[in-house]
Amino acid sequence: MSDTGAPGGPSNEPTEPPAGPRRVIGTPPPAQARTMLGEAPGDGGSAPARRELPADLPDPGRAKRAERLVAALFILSALASVGFIAAYVGLEVGPIDAVFRSNLALGLSMSVAFLALAFGAVIWVRHLMPNVELTEERHPMRSDPEVREAFKETFEEGADASQFTKRPILRRTLIAATVPLAAAPIVLLRDMGPLPGTTLRHTVWRKGMRLLNYGPNTPIRPGDFSSPGGMITVVPDGFQDNQNALAAATAIIIKFQPGVMRFGKPNQVRGGYVTPNWTVDNIVCYSKICTHVGCPAALYEQTTHHILCPCHQSTFDAPNGAQVLFGPAPRPLPQLPITVDSEGYLVAQSDFHEPVGPSFFERG
Amino acid sequence: MSRDMSMTTKLLDGTGGWLDDRFHGAKGFRTFFRKIFPDHWTFLLGEIALYSFIILLLTGTFLTLFFQPSMTDVVYHGSYHNLDGVRMSEAYASTLNISFDVRGGLLMRQIHHWAADLFVAAILAHMLRIFFTGAYRKPREVNWLIGIVLFTLSLLEGLFGYSLPDDLLSGTGLRITEGVALSIPIVGTYLSFFLFGGPFPGHDIIPRLYILHVLLIPGVFLALITAHLFIMFHQKHTQMPGKGRTNTNVVGAPMYPYFMAKTGAFFFFTFAALALASTFAQVNPIWLYGPYNPSGISAGSQPDFYMGFLEGSLRMWPSWTWDAWGHTVAWDVLLPALVPLGLIMTGAALWPFLEQWITGDKSEHHINDRPRNAPTRTAIGVAAITFYGVLWLEGANDVIADHLSISLYVTTEIARYAIFIAPIVAYWVTKRICLGLQHKDLHLLQHGVETGIIRQLPTGEYIEETRPLNDEERAVVEARNPVPSLPGGSAAADSDVPPPAMRGGLGRLRQGAYQVLTESVPVEAHGDGHGNGHGNGHGEPDHAAVPAGTEPAEAAIEDHAGDGQA
Repeated sequence: MSDTGAPGGPSNEPTEPPAGPRRVIGTPPPAQARTMLGEAPGDGGSAPARRELPADLPDPGRAKRAERLVAALFILSALASVGFIAAYVGLEVGPIDAVFRSNLALGLSMSVAFLALAFGAVIWVRHLMPNVELTEERHPMRSDPEVREAFKETFEEGADASQFTKRPILRRTLIAATVPLAAAPIVLLRDMGPLPGTTLRHTVWRKGMRLLNYGPNTPIRPGDFSSPGGMITVVPDGFQDNQNALAAATAIIIKFQPGVMRFGKPNQVRGGYVTPNWTVDNIVCYSKICTHVGCPAALYEQTTHHILCPCHQSTFDAPNGAQVLFGPAPRPLPQLPITVDSEGYLVAQSDFHEPVGPSFFERG
Repeated sequence: MSRDMSMTTKLLDGTGGWLDDRFHGAKGFRTFFRKIFPDHWTFLLGEIALYSFIILLLTGTFLTLFFQPSMTDVVYHGSYHNLDGVRMSEAYASTLNISFDVRGGLLMRQIHHWAADLFVAAILAHMLRIFFTGAYRKPREVNWLIGIVLFTLSLLEGLFGYSLPDDLLSGTGLRITEGVALSIPIVGTYLSFFLFGGPFPGHDIIPRLYILHVLLIPGVFLALITAHLFIMFHQKHTQMPGKGRTNTNVVGAPMYPYFMAKTGAFFFFTFAALALASTFAQVNPIWLYGPYNPSGISAGSQPDFYMGFLEGSLRMWPSWTWDAWGHTVAWDVLLPALVPLGLIMTGAALWPFLEQWITGDKSEHHINDRPRNAPTRTAIGVAAITFYGVLWLEGANDVIADHLSISLYVTTEIARYAIFIAPIVAYWVTKRICLGLQHKDLHLLQHGVETGIIRQLPTGEYIEETRPLNDEERAVVEARNPVPSLPGGSAAADSDVPPPAMRGGLGRLRQGAYQVLTESVPVEAHGDGHGNGHGNGHGEPDHAAVPAGTEPAEAAIEDHAGDGQA
């Protein structure tokens, strides 16, 4: 193989220490092509010795064409802005079609106005301003040792004059004064909310409270289910418009074919069983609030009897006490004990027997 | 020409003189006008973030003129008939009004939303550029940290902002926020009650988020962005390697008029892009979601893209929880909310200092690295992107499962493995690619550029002509940061007795990390006539046998020592 290309470089230059503070990398520029600028020592305010930015362009013909183009773009931008104002004045909003029409006219005119300005400015810079490349010196960030020393002296002089270093009692009492002062604003935030107490352990469900079909807000009889299948969202009667109550109390009822539900022993809430005497006529009621972070577990797959939370896909096995089949939820959905009242409507036997929704530290 | 000049002179002597009489600005402004800005397309990423922020302030101010941050129940009777007679919060109703009854309101809302997405995306891209080019190195570590704080704040600001309309999607986001707050041990329940003014949703959260969103966080943004820009200005911009560019100069066009005109144009481009997106691409159509209601949700609910990685993290985490001594610790919520974000942010914040400690490099760096020339750093960066990417994709796993017709649970199972495996694979592949590109550079230096011209020699042999690199190309290819020596000097690798800083467990760890971090193809920059065509050929025979890429650190140091002054 032959050596082609790769002319010999300065192969025998002395090597610098590898971690040297400021190393020059690359080739220094040819002196005539660039001007060293930057803060010239001593006379930063003096006029430049000669022009650093050329005033004229090499090809006046090209420049003239670019000038016309830029001017045309700026005129286009002005017209588009006028169009924007016209669209604002001329197009009403209100009905959704009118809103979309207005949005299109306003947005398009605005886009054209900005785009024309942007292209105009870029063409101006690239084709109408002479191409320059200047070099500015860069100085190390670190101050000179004398300057640092001088600063240290100034600082220490100030500290001495303030007596801060000499009089520890002043220093300590000042610190002592700021500590409670910093705590005060935090204490001031105390009234942002009530203490949790046992709020999260309860919902508004009470014995005898009817389950309303959420939406139409009508009470439900077991016989209203024409056939087993779907999942119905239910809310406590009297709280259908109370968001705070619903955030905890919203529940779902599902009616199964006989024999599908797996019953456990009475009060055996966990472990994949439905508590039998909390159901009516193969209808079971669970909290709709996911035990993961509280999204509504709103999806139900009839063939598999899976309840799915659309937020993070925790999947609960409806016939088996809403046991967790998949996903991050740590617990089954709590079961609400239900029965029927004297008129045959579904009612709660009591509140949930455990806190609904996501985990909290005091849950236990 | 002369007329123009006299006009300029008049203006300068008149207004300029008046101002200088009062502010002594001539000297400072002259320096300012001649400040040099190096040019590279990736330097625009930070500008996109800055201009998105300005556009957010402008459009956001417009929105505050009409938005009602109130959770008071109202019955809607506005222009959007599909929701006529529906109970909703004033916040949601006023957002409907902005969309349907305020001219330009929908446009401003959509620009605001797109600008928020662009803001976060631009910050991300900007930070990746800084990372991969090593622009965070001394003296710019503080600006890197400010950037990380800005990024974190932008996530929070975005979350608070899209929660304000109180629609079904944003309310669900707040519900998840509540769940995350509740999962914090000991104080979580209290924190949640103080934040929401009682149990979720309460009536306080929207006005509280509103003031944080429009005053407090933007104020912090303004302060930090100002500091960020001043530090950048004061330390001068880094530059990409090239001919004539050294660690002690800045090469580029001056602020006035070049940079001013270019950056002004760029502001308009950013605004135009956002206006175009808002004209043709609908974003956050809250009227389709409906008002918030704690029992409702729609399938396929997705947060804005920048929250996607947290969403994915929540989705893939196993259902770990502790019930003990009457208390519950929801690891299944706490860990996914904290661990990925913590890993990425803490890792990013510590990295510049870790790198300095490992390499012992305390010098200033103003020439950016080409990513290939820092293979390990680049590989770590790509591994982090992959880690983030897996989380992000898992955040959309329901959409992916739906579109690709695969089981939802399979996507999660894949993600649970991929989160560990994919970053390792990405690390390895990236490192190999970087080292390969270094070999390519070395080949270019030693053999020149293939011209595509085939020549037949008198002997009948065909050869391809090559041309040597020109000065500009050579300057770029040869710009390699010298690998710094370990404390104790190059003796560290040779001697049986390690220097004090390299002893003990920590010292050995540092030694090992140093070997990995400085792994690089040594550059034989001088083309002294012996290229063997394998890329690792260089003068010292005792090194020639060592496979490239696993070079002992010391050899690399020696090889790099010369190239700085080539």
